[in-house]
Amino acid sequence: MGKDVTAPPDATVIDATGKFLTPGVIDCHSHIAADSINEGSVPVSSMVSMEDVLDPEDISIYRALAGGVTTANILHGSANPIGGKCVVLKLRWGKTAEQMLFEGAKPGIKFALGENPKRKGKAIHPLTRQGVNDVIRDAFLRAKAYQAEWRTYESEKTRGKRAIPPRRDLELEPLVEILENKRLVHAHCYRADEILALIRLADEIGFKIRTLQHVLEGYKVAPEIAAHGAGASTFSDWWAYKVEANDAIPYNAALMTRAGVLVSINSDSAEEIRHLPQEAAKTMKWGGLSRDEALALVTLNPAKQLMIDDRVGSIEKGKDADLALWDGDPLSMYSKTLMTFVDGKIFFDRAQDEQRRIEVAQKKAALSEKEETKP
Amino acid sequence: MSALLRSLALVCIGSALSAQTTLIRNATVHTLAGEPIEKGAVLIQDGKIAGVGRNLKAPKGATVIDAAGKHLYPGMFDAFTQVGLVEITAVDVTGDRTERGDFNPQMRTAIAIHPASEHIPVTRANGVTHTLSAMRGGIFSGRAAIVNMDGWTWEEMAIEADGPLVVEWPVIRVYPEDAPSDRPKTFEKAREEYDKKVREIAEWIESARHYAQAKKAGAAVNRKLEALLPLIEGRQPMIVVAERARTIRNAVEFAAAHDLKMILAGGLEAAKESALLKEHAIPVLLGPTQQTVPDEDDPYDELFAQPGELSRAGVPFAITSEQYYLSRTLPYEAAGAVPFGLPKDEALKAVTLYPAQILGLGDKLGSIEEGKIANLILTNGDPLEIQTDVERVFINGHEVSTDNKQRDLYEKYLARPKPTP
Repeated sequence: MGKDVTAPPDATVIDATGKFLTPGVIDCHSHIAADSINEGSVPVSSMVSMEDVLDPEDISIYRALAGGVTTANILHGSANPIGGKCVVLKLRWGKTAEQMLFEGAKPGIKFALGENPKRKGKAIHPLTRQGVNDVIRDAFLRAKAYQAEWRTYESEKTRGKRAIPPRRDLELEPLVEILENKRLVHAHCYRADEILALIRLADEIGFKIRTLQHVLEGYKVAPEIAAHGAGASTFSDWWAYKVEANDAIPYNAALMTRAGVLVSINSDSAEEIRHLPQEAAKTMKWGGLSRDEALALVTLNPAKQLMIDDRVGSIEKGKDADLALWDGDPLSMYSKTLMTFVDGKIFFDRAQDEQRRIEVAQKKAALSEKEETKP
Repeated sequence: MSALLRSLALVCIGSALSAQTTLIRNATVHTLAGEPIEKGAVLIQDGKIAGVGRNLKAPKGATVIDAAGKHLYPGMFDAFTQVGLVEITAVDVTGDRTERGDFNPQMRTAIAIHPASEHIPVTRANGVTHTLSAMRGGIFSGRAAIVNMDGWTWEEMAIEADGPLVVEWPVIRVYPEDAPSDRPKTFEKAREEYDKKVREIAEWIESARHYAQAKKAGAAVNRKLEALLPLIEGRQPMIVVAERARTIRNAVEFAAAHDLKMILAGGLEAAKESALLKEHAIPVLLGPTQQTVPDEDDPYDELFAQPGELSRAGVPFAITSEQYYLSRTLPYEAAGAVPFGLPKDEALKAVTLYPAQILGLGDKLGSIEEGKIANLILTNGDPLEIQTDVERVFINGHEVSTDNKQRDLYEKYLARPKPTP
């Protein structure tokens, strides 16, 4: 990488004069490529996994690639205080679901605070923010007891005792993984009070929140978030769609960044995912982040939050060749993606796309003609 | 009595009360009525633009603003929104958007526009100085209101309090709208329901025409039919919301058959019907470019490319946010079409001049020309670009604050002392 790199004899050479090359965009909060989002029938649905419901043919994957996105964190919904398990995908469009999994990425799990877990399914617990916090506390107390059972069993086994293994508990197992730093917590949250309450609970129980998701009032408790070491993944400028989003401000990402929080901008939307660098650019206008800081919000920072920054998130020798080529400044409204590479392979090419849509139109015309001339 | 007359007069000129004179000079003036004027000046008097040029003298007592290095543009017009009608989406009672029943032509959107809505200062701080706010839902949703993003009351805000009637064109729907996973109806059944609704629309139009005649003969006032008179007498168009190509076709054919002036709103697939729209001279208040492409096999950039296609086809259009809390993103909805084929200056006109022209306000708004309402924004660059700041905003010739709830919260928490551990 650099100013003078010589092409090996068999290399394809792309002349990108006047163009911009960036790391592939990473979305830390997405629900694309998923057949269903919420298992909302129980307060703790940690036994379910997004991995089981991946749809590799979801057109949103391709449309995200057309916006320079190469990696996305596919999350369970926010119907319950502790939701389902999440997966990180590389957008290898055309491959199977299994082939899209980001190899070696730490698995995650969704938590949710506030109005959504309170609101969904009035017949199930909880109904208040206190109740949400209590459900999480109760689950972790049970998980700790479960972890202790296993530890006893393991130690008895190593001491040569004839021990009976505990019955596997698929609800508590992922929570033990959280306690043992094997699974990342992505906690949907809005209001400052619930954010602080979760941080205090996590400190007390002894686990880390990897990212606070949405975290629209994060700016109000930014020092506390930084002290816990949680990342924050937020929207650029959405607000007012519910009461807990009413104090949301477009300066949120900048304020949290200045307080020392690792921040990313996410989409949570199959539409928004298509222009994430432009969303990130709003933090330059509202809050005065630098160009590099803004671009990092959708590249390096989410890579760090997902602990995959040894592989992706920046253009460095040895990293995966996940790249996006733009016809202008990706932080400008006047630019678009020309090519997107995953693992060094082209998964989106605008020129090819334009060619293909002509072919598709011809095929469609031929088909409808056939239909019309049917006897 | 004289006080009453005075207040009526003020309502009539639609201005927020003052004889303030301001001269903005040394700015690059983007008039949108010709080439930009470098080191140009704009004189504002009685809420109107009183002069545009290079060497304007400040009248005695005028406030002079030296705008060296800055750019002056017409304020942006978000011409299909719910600004002022909804405060928080999820809390029904904060919204005055949809009345019960299908036919409410007598509903006046204007009277429930909340002048103290937090959304108004947020919207104007990014350069949107006026909006068309509209009730939605049913079939005849109500009369839209065209308002400034400033004013102590809705009357003071109003540019046109009783604007065009909004019509939600019925859709042939095999899945019920509120329960899309339910069992579908047969197409025949859905078509029958659709036809019934269209017959009802035709009956209303016909009744209104009879009413116009009967009224001349002294018939009693019927408020609903009265509200349809501007439409059937050709004094006002109707704004018809239609998204998919077939719905657009149906609406256009109906308007033509019944001799009604129509503006299309929404227009998710407007470009697919551009020939028809051009033939019937129907302009479009296009929805945002940043929304999900409707069909799986449509090009990924269909909605980014659509404004460029309409422009090339010669169909007049404006770009709108269709929003309330994101009306401030209007410039980005327009700019998003530029890399996909819409010329930059057309994108700017699509959120300034064109919506004014489409809504019959081309002589009042949309460009910096003598006699127009002084809705202006002073920026440090291209207002369609995210990184540009809107520094000062003038509405009806008054400088209005760009302060808002969000900036207040920013400043408040920026000043939060470091917590002691």
